[in-house]
Amino acid sequence: MEKIFSARDPSALNTETLEINFGPQHPSTHGVFRMNIVCDGETVVSLKPVMGYLHRNHEQIAENMSYAASMPYTDRLDYFNSMSNNFGYSLAVEKLANIEVPERAQYIRVIMAELTRLVNHVSVIGFLLNDLGAFFTPVLYAFREREKILDIFEEVSGARMMCNYFRFGGVKYEIQPHILQRIKEIVKKFPKFLEEFEALLSKNEILCMRCQNVGVLPKELAVSASITGPMLRASGVDYDIRKVDKYSIYGRFKFRIPLGEKGDVYDRYYVRILEMHESLKILDQALKDIPATGELVSKKMAPFLKSPRNFKPPVGEAYGRVEAPKGELGFYVVSDGTPQPWRYHVRAPSFINLTILEDMCLGHKIADVIVILGSVDIVLGEVDH
Amino acid sequence: MTPEEIKNKIQTALPGTALKWVRDTLLIENPQDLPKVANFLKTSEEFRFDYLSSVTGADYLQYLEAVYHLYSMEKKTGPFVLRARVGRDQARIPSLVPLYRGAEYQEREAYDTYGIIFENHPDLRRIFMWEGFEGFPMRKDYVQEDSEILEASDIEWLEKHQVQVPEGMKKRAEELKKQGRRAVAERPGQPEPQ
Amino acid sequence: MIFGSGVLRSMLITLKNFFTSYFKGPEEGGIFTVEYPETRLPEKERFRNFPFLVYDRNPENLRCVACDICAKECPPKCIYIVREFDKEGRPLKRPAVFDIDFTVCMNCGICEEACPFDAIYMDHEFEIAGPERQSRLLYHKDDLLKSNEYFHKIRPTDATAIDQQRREAEEKKKAAAEAAAKAKQPD
Repeated sequence: MEKIFSARDPSALNTETLEINFGPQHPSTHGVFRMNIVCDGETVVSLKPVMGYLHRNHEQIAENMSYAASMPYTDRLDYFNSMSNNFGYSLAVEKLANIEVPERAQYIRVIMAELTRLVNHVSVIGFLLNDLGAFFTPVLYAFREREKILDIFEEVSGARMMCNYFRFGGVKYEIQPHILQRIKEIVKKFPKFLEEFEALLSKNEILCMRCQNVGVLPKELAVSASITGPMLRASGVDYDIRKVDKYSIYGRFKFRIPLGEKGDVYDRYYVRILEMHESLKILDQALKDIPATGELVSKKMAPFLKSPRNFKPPVGEAYGRVEAPKGELGFYVVSDGTPQPWRYHVRAPSFINLTILEDMCLGHKIADVIVILGSVDIVLGEVDH
Repeated sequence: MTPEEIKNKIQTALPGTALKWVRDTLLIENPQDLPKVANFLKTSEEFRFDYLSSVTGADYLQYLEAVYHLYSMEKKTGPFVLRARVGRDQARIPSLVPLYRGAEYQEREAYDTYGIIFENHPDLRRIFMWEGFEGFPMRKDYVQEDSEILEASDIEWLEKHQVQVPEGMKKRAEELKKQGRRAVAERPGQPEPQ
Repeated sequence: MIFGSGVLRSMLITLKNFFTSYFKGPEEGGIFTVEYPETRLPEKERFRNFPFLVYDRNPENLRCVACDICAKECPPKCIYIVREFDKEGRPLKRPAVFDIDFTVCMNCGICEEACPFDAIYMDHEFEIAGPERQSRLLYHKDDLLKSNEYFHKIRPTDATAIDQQRREAEEKKKAAAEAAAKAKQPD
């Protein structure tokens, strides 16, 4: 005789797992990311990311053109932070060709990179809240601040997001005193906004319940899985490339590295808030110390601004890395002495941070997957390069 | 520590490994030794390279190469670069995933773009290109698909808009359409479908 | 702390923001959006979107000499130039065809940087939309030509500096030519 289903005896239920195809066209995947999720009820049993919907073989494009010409393409990797992408790439090529960067240009670079970090973290927190269901209110508060910084970017570089501002051995345009004054004003007003933003979110019970103890990433796994950026620091590993490598002029600034304890989604959220405070400290110091005048591009590289094709770095290889807002952004460039790089590789932080997405999601509900993915902070332009 | 000292240290700890310095990086002459060396670098108290930053392939025409950038999160040192070279036809390198989880996607990427097969990788599939894609797009001898070939529907569209299409292209497109294919990659050394 | 007080406080902040958006300016947290087609944000001088070709005085007198440098440096290769020839087949210093494909152009501004003749500059025009790719978004030479006055209008600082440079270069050239002529005369 067939067993009769009874609500009182769940073991008698005939259950099977359900495979869900999540994305690529789904607003909470932050682009065109796809996950094959196997669920047992609502609990995730297995999760396989599928990517490549935005793949354009960025590396091959760069290998087929001059060094300077791939600068605008790096903007399109992580399109939220084109300035840090430019920074990483120019750092790698400067290492390769042994180029010094003038003092004023160094300061401008740091200012731009830290402003980018503010833009990124503030909007990422907004999107994370979007994923949690706080639909668009926090995002728009964040975007209000982001807009001010993007205005600065537009005035300085000519574009809001695809800045293409850095050049090998310096930066492209002069930054006028009135713009510096405006950046100072933004830096002055930003803490007030952060305070309000934090009051809105940090102690909110809904946020705490949805984020605490969700998607825990243990320290050992984080190190072994090459996780970088705020995600790594949220797991409690003290590693910030700005401190470790002291690239550019980061060695001159006083700032701390915020660390998390547990490595859950809440820690990742809070580390980002604290990191913004540290970024403001760096900006404060940089704006105070920036020399009033000076070269923008080193003498060695100035002639190549007009003719990028004539720039031929010596044979060799270099790996330049920066602390981009999403993690370690590395560029590996091999030169064979011709105007085109022989090998050009991008170590994209959000791509590698996805490695342990499955480990973090297993055992959680499917609604938590979205929150965990939101806290990883991916941009598909970079994941799929 | 000078490069020569590091090399000697590794060789005394792991006798029988052939190592060579190439451009400030350590070339492991026999790729099969790679996990041994990486394990030594990761676990030895002196180095503690516990963080594998980047894994990538490279094509140097005579051989393929895998490049590993190691750092130490504990000691805040690095980079230490390992490389392993394999022939183009039998590109097999042992995977580092058992040692470093972070290699998982990066090795898949190197496999996808260069066709380096990482032995013992838990899930070696293409990552960016679609399943059933032929060839490895980052190899220097790869010729881009569709560079010269127009699809039949493209030609139709062009002609509708008064754009002249050479006869040869039209013929090609018709043939491909008959075969039920969209386009093929034109690689040197391979017979072209006529 | 009582459970739920955090949510209450968040709601109060939202309420506060709701009211300030009506009574305060965009700098103090008010509405910062602009009703676009009717009102517009002021244009930034360095804003760049799609290149144009500069001519002095009349469209016949364009600065471009068809040297093909911008086409070579262009990262997505969206510029196509054919040099003009006269009846005897001698090359002229002007383009016969100068096409830019807007669908390919990525507004990076490298053509502007690379041009040695100050002939191509980035425009402020951004309302470029069309129903069809071939007819509207492929820009030919005639669509791209814009006067130096227009350049002065959109980017005054850059244009003045470049005019100054060009004038100086011309004077230098003239002086050199005069010196050469003087040097020749005694013979």
